[in-house]
Amino acid sequence: MSTPGQTVHGPFDVTVVGGGVMGCTTALFLARGGMRVALIERDSLCRAASGVNAGTLTLHMTRAALVPYAIRAWQMWMESEQWLGSSVLATAAPGLSLAFTETERDLLRARAAARREYGAQIDLLERDAALAVEPGLNPAMLEAAFCQTDGFASAYLTGRAFHAALRAAGVQIFEQSPATRIDHTNGHYRVHGPESQGASLRIDATRLVMAGGVWLEPLLAMLDIRIPVKTLVNQLIVTERMPPVMRTVLSIANGLLSMKQFANGTVLIGGGWQGVGDRARGPVETIPQNLTGNLRLAQHVIPALAKARVARIWLGLEAETADAMPMIGALPGLPDAWVIGCVHSGYTSGPYMGKLLAQTMLGATPELPLFDPARLIAVAPELPQREQTQ
Amino acid sequence: MGEFDVVVLGGGPAGAHAALAAASAGLNVALFDENPSAGGQVYRAPIGGTRAASSADQQAGDVLRRELAASTVTTFFAHPVWAVTGDYRVDATGPNGPVHCTARALIVASGTTERVVPFEGWTTPGVIGLAAATILLKSQGVLPGRSTLVAGCGPLLAAVAAKTIEGGGKVEAIVDLASTADWARTLPAMLARPDLLRQGFNWWRTISHARTPRYARHTIIRVESADDRLRATLAPCDAAGRPLSGQRTTVLADCIAVGHGLTPATEITRLLRAKHRYSRAAGGWIAIADQDGRTSRPLLYVAGDGAGIAGAAAAATHGALAGLACALDLGATNPMRLTRSIGPARSAHRHATRFGHAMSGLMALRPGHVESITPATIVCRCEDVTRAEIDAACDAGAHDINQLKAWTRCGMGPCQGRTCGDITGELLMRRMGAASRETVGCFSARTPLRPVTVEALTGDFTYDEIPIPKAAPL
Repeated sequence: MSTPGQTVHGPFDVTVVGGGVMGCTTALFLARGGMRVALIERDSLCRAASGVNAGTLTLHMTRAALVPYAIRAWQMWMESEQWLGSSVLATAAPGLSLAFTETERDLLRARAAARREYGAQIDLLERDAALAVEPGLNPAMLEAAFCQTDGFASAYLTGRAFHAALRAAGVQIFEQSPATRIDHTNGHYRVHGPESQGASLRIDATRLVMAGGVWLEPLLAMLDIRIPVKTLVNQLIVTERMPPVMRTVLSIANGLLSMKQFANGTVLIGGGWQGVGDRARGPVETIPQNLTGNLRLAQHVIPALAKARVARIWLGLEAETADAMPMIGALPGLPDAWVIGCVHSGYTSGPYMGKLLAQTMLGATPELPLFDPARLIAVAPELPQREQTQ
Repeated sequence: MGEFDVVVLGGGPAGAHAALAAASAGLNVALFDENPSAGGQVYRAPIGGTRAASSADQQAGDVLRRELAASTVTTFFAHPVWAVTGDYRVDATGPNGPVHCTARALIVASGTTERVVPFEGWTTPGVIGLAAATILLKSQGVLPGRSTLVAGCGPLLAAVAAKTIEGGGKVEAIVDLASTADWARTLPAMLARPDLLRQGFNWWRTISHARTPRYARHTIIRVESADDRLRATLAPCDAAGRPLSGQRTTVLADCIAVGHGLTPATEITRLLRAKHRYSRAAGGWIAIADQDGRTSRPLLYVAGDGAGIAGAAAAATHGALAGLACALDLGATNPMRLTRSIGPARSAHRHATRFGHAMSGLMALRPGHVESITPATIVCRCEDVTRAEIDAACDAGAHDINQLKAWTRCGMGPCQGRTCGDITGELLMRRMGAASRETVGCFSARTPLRPVTVEALTGDFTYDEIPIPKAAPL
């Protein structure tokens, strides 16, 4: 089967293209379900969105329709030592979403009500009640939405945890190997890896899972499927270790802030303020006024942060479909090919989404419905680039 | 705030000479440095400037500072730069709050970070870097301790010991990784700079008058507290820095000043994604550059030790060269004169590097030295990550230094891996059996380049002034 200079691996039962939290969880549950699994990843496992995100495990930022998924995923994260085998320091803490203006109060109430419809236990707290929960808050705040199902993980540990779990489950991992081409012949999918020193990587499998995050658009194009995927470039800021200044996960009504203090004393500030970057170049650099804006918002919420020292600022890429809802399910027109990705607040819901897809592929009926990618197929074959860099 | 033709980052000999060269070619130049005045490490000024210049280095520094003051260069001293972006915007914090400016070209002259190859107890209070000791001695006129043990390698050993003795302190011993023969081999190159050679001889004369013991081909293997002092255990070592079995010597001191060479500070060029390569002889990762300091990125230049360790004398000539090259590339007036100047500047620089390269050879990372780090020894001092944890992560599959960082927090602290990056990369490479440091890479550079307080960035504001983007989808 091998020709000189080629290393062909397999045939496997399935090749997962993309080693983020969704690809890894899918691979893990497929392997535990008895499949021989290969996973190919362009970088190291969980070093893109899955490893550099804010680690927020919250319902306050989750799209309302995804709340049932996020609740189940939150439980998975809290029990990660049971199914993943090691800790990502998942920590339960109450979540508060805040309103500082009348407009924000209206938004807060409407959003809390919408999420409650989908099962989120969110209560509204008057100012003094919120200050009792989080004494460090700026007392200028008017009202808060309170949710017990909230918390955070240390996202940077995700790769280490999945690496160990996947190896233990017998998954063959190919890191530093971007997929360059995918052929479908004789009932096999052949994924081509990079060429290096005359040798090249080939992985054969009967099934295919595309889990490439922001790179899903070019990856799906290798299968002649055109689905536009927008790239968000989210800014994150972490402080040096400092004495306790907060004990809840904090956000604001419009979703443009996320903030928590880890056990080691560092405070992580996010919220989706945009930086410069795209999927070709990766994250490039921050936009000064967005950095200042994000920090001002954080300092406004917790005034004690004024004295904190910023240790590190970075950017992470997030994938979004045209309707900002996930694509998870069978790829139209191809046998045994699947896609998973573009889940809003994807780190929170990711492991549950992977588990659902694996259930489906193993022949079971998923506990909750998937998200048919067919709705997203672009009408025109050639779409303009939709990279966002502003 | 301001628009300049060139912004020079770093006010040591390389940066100051780059700024002077570019300014005298008619360019509008700004110079940033976190220190209160120009000079860098070697030509560092005493704080307050009250004490008369006491050494050749300080006199040379005073000349440089006067030249800079008389030039058209706009200087921003006491301004740590915390961000540099691809459009050559420079952000810094200063005594009067944040400042920023933009430039058509950037010259990075960021100098070095001192390397310490970890040993048991190296994070004990009272153990400081050789370079830190020189700051105390030169800038504050303060002795690092009543008695000091000076250890490591390179010319800083003699400089710190001699200045400590001249300042009235006691040096318990000098522990030198190099042998006397290693030093003798540098003599031909040192003859290229009789002035520096004489300075070195004077240092050693001071040391021998004080009858300071010197342990050649020795290394510190352990430091522990002993009442209110420190006890260092010394072992003989081989040429690769590997401790040998046999006799152990203990020395008591108040302070241990130790340094194992210098690594180029490349955070800014890495942040700007210029191409880099690893060079053991140059001290570590360096930006790929031509002889005039042009990097792979248009109108981005490197000069001085930050471009590869070659010493202060070579930094000055390299800086002048980069300043000229930058002026030529920006189309400054009088290109004929500049083109005529560049030949002599290049040969002056070549001459100056001979001495510096001999010294950097003495300071290069020794593989056996790194191998001898014991498992329980802390490598990343910000996050208390030990060698054993690094080895375990490597064995578990972390084969890239940034993957290792995520798995262990090594390099994730406030220093952003400046202190441990060189050692961590070397440990990872050796554990993997990889042939080159390029295989494991180097830590990603991130802003802020220096920690900066939230309030320094936020300033005065009201809630309704925050430009909050449109709400996330529900």
